[in-house]
Amino acid sequence: MPRLKVNGVAIDDTFAEAFGMRATAIVITAPNRKWARQAAVTMTGFATSVIGCGCEAAIDVDLAPSETPDGRPGCRVMIFAVSTDELQKQLQNRVGQCVLTSPGSACFAGLEGPNELKLGAALRYFGDGWQISKKLGGRHFWRVPVMDGEFVCEATVGMTKGAVGGGNLLLLAGSNAKALAAAEAAVAAINEVRGAIMPFPGGIVRSGSKVGGKYKGMTASTNDAFAPTLRGVTKSELEPDVNAVLEIVIDGETSDAVASAMRAGIKAVTQLGSAKGALRISAGNYGGKLGKFHYHLKDLLP
Amino acid sequence: MKALTFTLRAAPPERLDLSPLTPQGLAGLDKRAIQAIRLGQSKLASTVGDIFRIAGSNANSLVFEGGSSRFDGVATGMTEGTVRVAGDVGAQAGRGMRGGQLTIEGDAGPHAGSGMRGGRLEIIGSAGDHLGAPLAGELAGMNGGVLIVRGRAGAFAADRMRRGLIAVLKGCGDHAGSRMIAGTLVVTGGAGEMPGYLMRRGSILLDRAPKSLSPSFVECGAPDSVFAALMDRHLVTEDILKRPLLGRAPRRYGGDNAALGLGEILFPA
Repeated sequence: MPRLKVNGVAIDDTFAEAFGMRATAIVITAPNRKWARQAAVTMTGFATSVIGCGCEAAIDVDLAPSETPDGRPGCRVMIFAVSTDELQKQLQNRVGQCVLTSPGSACFAGLEGPNELKLGAALRYFGDGWQISKKLGGRHFWRVPVMDGEFVCEATVGMTKGAVGGGNLLLLAGSNAKALAAAEAAVAAINEVRGAIMPFPGGIVRSGSKVGGKYKGMTASTNDAFAPTLRGVTKSELEPDVNAVLEIVIDGETSDAVASAMRAGIKAVTQLGSAKGALRISAGNYGGKLGKFHYHLKDLLP
Repeated sequence: MKALTFTLRAAPPERLDLSPLTPQGLAGLDKRAIQAIRLGQSKLASTVGDIFRIAGSNANSLVFEGGSSRFDGVATGMTEGTVRVAGDVGAQAGRGMRGGQLTIEGDAGPHAGSGMRGGRLEIIGSAGDHLGAPLAGELAGMNGGVLIVRGRAGAFAADRMRRGLIAVLKGCGDHAGSRMIAGTLVVTGGAGEMPGYLMRRGSILLDRAPKSLSPSFVECGAPDSVFAALMDRHLVTEDILKRPLLGRAPRRYGGDNAALGLGEILFPA
């Protein structure tokens, strides 16, 4: 495979393969940033992959008080799923169990669109008849009495059918510490991109997967081609000096958001250089037949 | 195209029903047809041509140059466009409005915005009794839209209101928001006796503690309120108020427990 080098970091002539998804976004506010983030982190826990969690979710950006509907600090959280029904179910359960319960929280639509999901319209029943409906300037809110006052929640939130899930970067390094340094640099850069999230722990995956496995019922199993300990015994993608690989998985509100995020990640990793970080950047795909969206690394160079 | 302008020739000799003069009612009519519309309610039977000089042709934007307390039913049932009255109006201005914008630069008589369902009605002067309220025999008053009175309103403002927003900026008479079914009434400058009397649901937002309340209202504390923050921002961004009304944690009274008891009266702590 011909390789291009930027600042000592080799870039594979390959592409990331990603899939169309349904996505929505909500704005969570609280009396201060700590509690806005706490509610957001709690509701996006166990939401790394649609394979086992039903959805993929993470904080998109922190919002200043001037950017939120109620003038308090907030976060924009994005949630991705493979179907509208599953997205509705995950949204309702997660906001109901994790945001409604968080002290001082309120929840607003973070996305507009012709397709809508229920938000407060489903959670209002917690009010047991004491809930109050308010329409202000074309927006509909539900006020649900709770023990610290009221949980205010917008009735509905928009949903996009144009979201993309599964953009990725594989960062190959000489040691675990260098792989982690490169991945952390990429995560920090991608966090600045609006409309893109990284649902895995801290934005990083160490257990990249391939489709299927030798055991019946396994829809995904270890990506042996990128596992350094299997270098001698399997058809490996790794050269002798690679000892650790970490992956960044990116979901975006639009295909452009995914491309921008991957571009920002590649820029950060190449700026860090091969001496401190990754020796090589690659990407995961399934031969190009499964996913509608292809992101060629050579098109995303800094 | 210039706004279709009705300039008052002289003080009207009788009460006028201006309800035919709406953007949707005049769309497609030529000047002669408009002049022939009967407005007078007595045997004088004044027509538009008797009362007004007409200029302009854009029926989507109506202007009345000069007003009178004999102008009844201005912009009744309007659904679109704008109507501006440079003067006073009589009873039932904007009654049953569904859309568009009605601006009254003078005072309005009783039942302004009665049974309104949508649109925006702004009265720069003061309004009479029964602002947004139902006529006798009707079950609900205002049912949507935004009604702003920059001056004072009379008694029974927002009576039986069901939906929408009414804001009265220089105080109102007794029994504001009586029998409210839902919706939001904002009063700055002081409300009269017993606001919210027999209200079922809905919110009455005041800039100060009410001078009297029906004894069937109960005190409900003053926790931090996101609703107050949303409301304050909405009132300022919509140019209804210049500064926030309620603050972070307004005091709340629930009632009227002589009726359903799901309503509230909020005012700054």
